[in-house]
Amino acid sequence: MNKDVYVLGIETSCDETAAAIVKNGKEIMANVVASQIESHKRFGGVVPEVASRHHVEQITLVIEKAMHEANLSFAELDAIAVTQGPGLVGALLIGVNAAKALAFAHQLPLVAVHHIAGHIYANRLVTEMKFPLLALVVSGGHTELVYMKEHGSFEVIGETRDDAAGEAYDKVARALRLPYPGGPHIDRLAHEGRATLDLPRAWLEDGSYDFSFSGLKSAVINTLHNAEQRGETIEIQDMAASFQESVIDVLVTKTIKAAQEYHVRQVLLAGGVAANRGLRTALEQKMAELQEVELVIPPLSLCTDNAAMIAAAGTILFAHGKRSELSLNADPGLELE
Amino acid sequence: MKVLAIDTSNAALGVALVEGSVVKGEILTNIKKDHSTRLMPAVQLLLENCQVTPQELDLIVVAKGPGSYTGVRIGVTVAKTLAWSLNIPIVGVSSLEVLAANGHYFNGLICPLFDARRGQIYTGLYRYHGNQLECVESDRIVLSSGWAQWLREKQEPVLFLGGDVALHQDILTGVLGSLAVFGPPALQLPRPSELAFLGMNRTSEDVHSFVPNYVRLAEAEVNWLARQKEQESHGN
Ligand SMILES: [Zn+2]
Repeated sequence: MNKDVYVLGIETSCDETAAAIVKNGKEIMANVVASQIESHKRFGGVVPEVASRHHVEQITLVIEKAMHEANLSFAELDAIAVTQGPGLVGALLIGVNAAKALAFAHQLPLVAVHHIAGHIYANRLVTEMKFPLLALVVSGGHTELVYMKEHGSFEVIGETRDDAAGEAYDKVARALRLPYPGGPHIDRLAHEGRATLDLPRAWLEDGSYDFSFSGLKSAVINTLHNAEQRGETIEIQDMAASFQESVIDVLVTKTIKAAQEYHVRQVLLAGGVAANRGLRTALEQKMAELQEVELVIPPLSLCTDNAAMIAAAGTILFAHGKRSELSLNADPGLELE
Repeated sequence: MKVLAIDTSNAALGVALVEGSVVKGEILTNIKKDHSTRLMPAVQLLLENCQVTPQELDLIVVAKGPGSYTGVRIGVTVAKTLAWSLNIPIVGVSSLEVLAANGHYFNGLICPLFDARRGQIYTGLYRYHGNQLECVESDRIVLSSGWAQWLREKQEPVLFLGGDVALHQDILTGVLGSLAVFGPPALQLPRPSELAFLGMNRTSEDVHSFVPNYVRLAEAEVNWLARQKEQESHGN
């Protein structure tokens, strides 16, 4: 009666070409990621045209590897899920068009997935989701607080008004002359330094769950500049610690407040910045003070961009009857709804 | 042998189904509207009308550039995904060659071109020997004015083909005079059925490593290479 459901996920929104197969929305059969980071390091950031070119080179290889690892044929799949957006349009187009070609060739249902929905559903590959829940999604491209009252229902209660947290990390890292990507370097240095510098925290209006990191980034750059003008030296470790404390303070405080206000049973951390030790520790400490709210942080391989999360989210949408046409297009500014 | 041909490398979107020496069907639009939404529905419509299932296809032929980077990637991605997942061969053909194929029976040089902005064109030089189209000068990106000067030396009539020819027509006739010949509108669009015939008897390529022929490196790559060179010369 209850037949197993196998979904192939495809993700190409930024600089990882990824394909994965997930069983019943929870069990990873294969999770293949081809990262382009070594190529983009040369440029100090992701170059969209270069990313698109790499995706074309990798796309069929990555899907083939996933199909082999899962030991499945196309006839055994139930659906194909693909990231429609947001992301880099040229990059998204490769995944979307590959997914459409596969859906057509093998007469399989096609399901478009929002990248953030994917990040949130990465958690379902670790533990069952308990509703209502709150997800904090933090990456190079996103900083969002998403409330879910049930499967497939997403309410963005807070988002960044300017830079994503990960973007602020990269820009500050550049100001500190650290190599790209800067996030892990700042996290490491922050643990060696002390938060002695006074940096702003953008709380925004009362009751707002939105974020803003561009002021903080500018404050870091100004502080470094002023010190240089006065011939003073700022310890790079202390700057990293002060910056990181400011970011984490805002992220964690708003998350805890939202978790209380919305009476959630679970808080999920998602996105590449979930790798940040400082953020994990602070969130774990503060969450321990809350009664009966579970904190879920997936392993790093599921926090950074991957296709298993897209397949997991796609499985739920598929079960809810969502289908996409062969005219599906990539949407770099897709809204989560 | 059933061949599906796909060309989204420039403004025109074309798909064709050719079986043996018969053109079964062809869809060709020239409306500068996004290829990503329209390519797969066009393929679906074509095969449905011809009552052919994807599993019956024997070969995928794709126009691999030069052209719009995004456009050519859409066609190549769909082509290589279809070829790989249906386990059939893939053949890539120059987008300029597809256009040049329209010059049947022309006694002289055939010059297909696509505008590449700032006075530049993607172009090459072809010639028919009987039914056989031959490449005389390989595909490249050049200034249309310089290319016209160079063509004049050949002292032969040249047939210019392509939807962007009008943008460079004054320059070309200015330099070449009556040696410059321009085709009628119906021959200015690359025909996907010609693409199918061009690819039909060629050796297939490795599907995984198949990529567009962009002709140019990405701008960031060019700048990076220049910096590397500079550092090398400073290092010595
Ligand atoms: Zn992401």
